[in-house]
Amino acid sequence: MIGKSDFLLAVEGLSVSFDGFKAVDDLSFYIEQNEIRVIIGPNGAGKTTVLDLICGRTQASAGSVRFNGRELTRLKEHQIVRAGVGRKFQTPSIYEDLTVFENLEISYPRGRSVFGALTFRRDTAVRERVAEIAAMISLDTLIGERAERLSHGQKQWLEIGMLLIQDPLLLMLDEPVAGMSVSERKTTAELLHRIIRDRAVLVIEHDMAFVEDIAHRVTVLHQGKVISEGSMQHVKSDPRVIEVYLGH
Amino acid sequence: MLRNFSLAREDAIAILLFAALILLVFPIALDPFRLNLVGKYLTYGFVALGLVLCWGDAGILSLGQGIFFGLGGYCMAMFLKLEASTPAATKIQSTPGIPDFMDWNQLTALPWFWRPFHSLAFTLAAVPMVPMLLALVIGLAMFKRRVGGTYFAIITQAIAAILTILIIGQQGYTGGVNGITDLRTVKGWDIRTDHAKFILYFINGGLLILCLLAAKFIRASKLGRILVAMREREERVRFSGYDVAAFKIFAFCLAAALAGIGGAMFTLQVGFMSPSFVGIVPSIELVIFCAVGGRTSLLGALYGVLLVNWAKTLFSEDMPQLWLFAMGALFIGVVAVLPSGLAGLYHDYLEPLVRLRRPTPVRLAGPAAEAGKTEAAR
Repeated sequence: MIGKSDFLLAVEGLSVSFDGFKAVDDLSFYIEQNEIRVIIGPNGAGKTTVLDLICGRTQASAGSVRFNGRELTRLKEHQIVRAGVGRKFQTPSIYEDLTVFENLEISYPRGRSVFGALTFRRDTAVRERVAEIAAMISLDTLIGERAERLSHGQKQWLEIGMLLIQDPLLLMLDEPVAGMSVSERKTTAELLHRIIRDRAVLVIEHDMAFVEDIAHRVTVLHQGKVISEGSMQHVKSDPRVIEVYLGH
Repeated sequence: MLRNFSLAREDAIAILLFAALILLVFPIALDPFRLNLVGKYLTYGFVALGLVLCWGDAGILSLGQGIFFGLGGYCMAMFLKLEASTPAATKIQSTPGIPDFMDWNQLTALPWFWRPFHSLAFTLAAVPMVPMLLALVIGLAMFKRRVGGTYFAIITQAIAAILTILIIGQQGYTGGVNGITDLRTVKGWDIRTDHAKFILYFINGGLLILCLLAAKFIRASKLGRILVAMREREERVRFSGYDVAAFKIFAFCLAAALAGIGGAMFTLQVGFMSPSFVGIVPSIELVIFCAVGGRTSLLGALYGVLLVNWAKTLFSEDMPQLWLFAMGALFIGVVAVLPSGLAGLYHDYLEPLVRLRRPTPVRLAGPAAEAGKTEAAR
């Protein structure tokens, strides 16, 4: 067995309350290197809040988030990103006015300071990397297109591409297949399979077929607490999970 | 952003046309009095350039650009006033060698913060630096705490009001409501003659073109794209590893520095500086100039400054009391009907005509595909 220090992400005793309502309550879970973890749970279980807490968007009132040897709860959002955590939002969050190329280029992890951005050059390394990522997310033929012209699914892929170009150690995806057509969903599943190989991924998803397809382990949240954790088979047969979530 | 890449040649032509207009056409066509007026308008152009970057691109609306315009102007005025207040020229005062208004206010020594302004080099550095430092303090206090939008606009406006009250109240140190007047020479060169005003007009125009090019450069860099991205999706930029506050502070400081340069050129050409250029009304006027021309177009904003001021002068000569109403109507009209100002009109209606006449058949491919080609070629 590996010790706790070997986990890529160790969330311990994490709590946050909004106006007295405990959205996340003394939550602990651990993610190993290269593990694909899916968080499921009914609406309002605190799934998105957990991602917000990890990436610094919401300040925790108690608890710790240790990532790759660093405590994240004291860092600013951009420092957490630079430490290797990538976050995809629930609705596609891309720059509609810019081209696909420019969207990916802005996410390229170089020239992130003010003066770095001013002196940033679009050199071969940048262009090759952008082309590589564009091909990976099947947008290589649309690279000069303004992002607002993309379909909903393509926008989701673009945002995933914007995370990939940063090469994060941990990728957090909030409902990556929501609102997608069946064929888009299939392509996205394939895309996710390809990109998750060398990194840990934390996914929130409601689509059970999709979850079963990708998850190594599943964490079930209910009212800000973990009620079950383990393989999909394990949580599916857990009576508490069936009662609060799967039974409906 | 697209136009920056696909229309680089058009951009160059547009800048050359503007440069020709202000550096050739105006000096030839206008008498010295009118040319000096245009020179005064162009000093607002510096502020407009800053507003395009700060407001148009980064989405930070400052209703206090008069603060920075005024600070730059006061820095220059302090230098000029000290040079005009030699012991010989002020020997009838009870304390010779200090500015006249200080003597009237029973000051007997030059205040400490006036002393460095004996130096021209210090003054030239202070013109952009003093506004920038204040912008830095305001920016750190606001943007680090994620104050933005309307709240930020209101706070800048409050600071403009506070600064005006401070300047008017501290008469002995600032010249009060009259401002700093009776400015004469720079290193012995009399700035009041027609000849000097003619030369100052060209220095001002040349500086404006340089600042325009610098702003173009910034907008074409990745920094420029991040400013726009920040306006659209602040969270996404933050979660792409950028310190959003630092970029906002940069844009705000840059706009302040540009406004300061404009203010200094104003003092040099007009011959005085007073709190009436610092407060709420001039600050809002500066925003209107920029909005009418087009807040997302550098050249549009500059043409806006010229047009609105020209209209203002025409109006004020005949019916001064109507100008404020006309100005208000103009602003409401622009906001309601033309959110991207005159530049938007040009972009939507005139530009396609200009482009159709060109031999290259790019219409089928569309602007986005064209941009893609340029990108691939780079």
